[in-house]
Amino acid sequence: MRSFSTWPAPLPGGGTSEEAALIFDQARENRVLVIPALFDEANKLRRLTVEVMHRLDLSGIDSFLPDLPGCNDSLQPLAEQTVAGWREATKAAALRFEATHILTVRQGALLAASQLPGWRYAPASGKRLMRSLMRSRAISAKEAGLSEGLAEIEQKGRAGPTKLAGWSFGPSLFNTLLDAELPPAETLTDISQDVVGGAGLWLRAEPDEDPEQADALAALIAIGLDQS
Amino acid sequence: MDREPLNDGAKEAPQMASEEADKARPGLPPSRHAIDTELRSILCDVLGLESDDVEAFDAETGLFGHLPELDSMAVAGLLTEMEDRLDILIEDDDVDGEMLETFGGLLGFAEAKAIEG
Repeated sequence: MRSFSTWPAPLPGGGTSEEAALIFDQARENRVLVIPALFDEANKLRRLTVEVMHRLDLSGIDSFLPDLPGCNDSLQPLAEQTVAGWREATKAAALRFEATHILTVRQGALLAASQLPGWRYAPASGKRLMRSLMRSRAISAKEAGLSEGLAEIEQKGRAGPTKLAGWSFGPSLFNTLLDAELPPAETLTDISQDVVGGAGLWLRAEPDEDPEQADALAALIAIGLDQS
Repeated sequence: MDREPLNDGAKEAPQMASEEADKARPGLPPSRHAIDTELRSILCDVLGLESDDVEAFDAETGLFGHLPELDSMAVAGLLTEMEDRLDILIEDDDVDGEMLETFGGLLGFAEAKAIEG
């Protein structure tokens, strides 16, 4: 049964903020912390993510989807967040919800900091997402009759606060996401889109859903847990 | 939604053949047919259409400015995906209304870029 909870998320500058979490919690043995995709992809994959959690629930597996500071319903300013801060936050969330496993979605793979076992669904570095966000700003500028190229946007973003497709970035977040390579999987197993089948929903122009993809992802996780 | 796989057996065959043909000519850009197929597949994924619908696109089929879901963020994603799958680099100056307006415009652009690369 789905419910909402809150958790104290550590902030980059010290202190904590009360953040929301969507949870399926019946104090069962297997407890999966879900680390979502970022920005535009988070919106496009939210439905799939929650549908996977719903299916895990039906398979007797608890799962937890925390809002990270500055993301989703968080009241914290996004521009003040950092990747290192989010990694601390996911570590804190894993402890708080007593997670036994982790599932990262797309860029969520950059934010997994605990040594728990689990999976990375279609892991992605931040570079491609940032390039799309910068390009979106360049296209909007062009439509408005202004000229601002990718190189110029990158230069501005690296040096100071900048806004891309409605998201506010501070230079720390901007630089880290643009430069961060995908970390080695270590304790996590990668699940590629080929295995899930169909086209990645992050490619869609508008958020969509795909029950077959949710079935496939949840099945891979449930089978993995059954075998461990 | 019960979407068909993008490449069922019947449709995969010609694509495989052209991929093999491309491999047989190392250093040459992908054939026009291969680019056309890949571009349709990308549009399928971005627009969430059935492959039959995208098969029906012709040179005059309107894209940016004709399909409400293709806003600037979606076009940005489309171009980034084209870079990845067609192994091309799209510069700021390349992006203009003409290239994005129709399927024919976008295909012509992708072909020119592939030859350039």
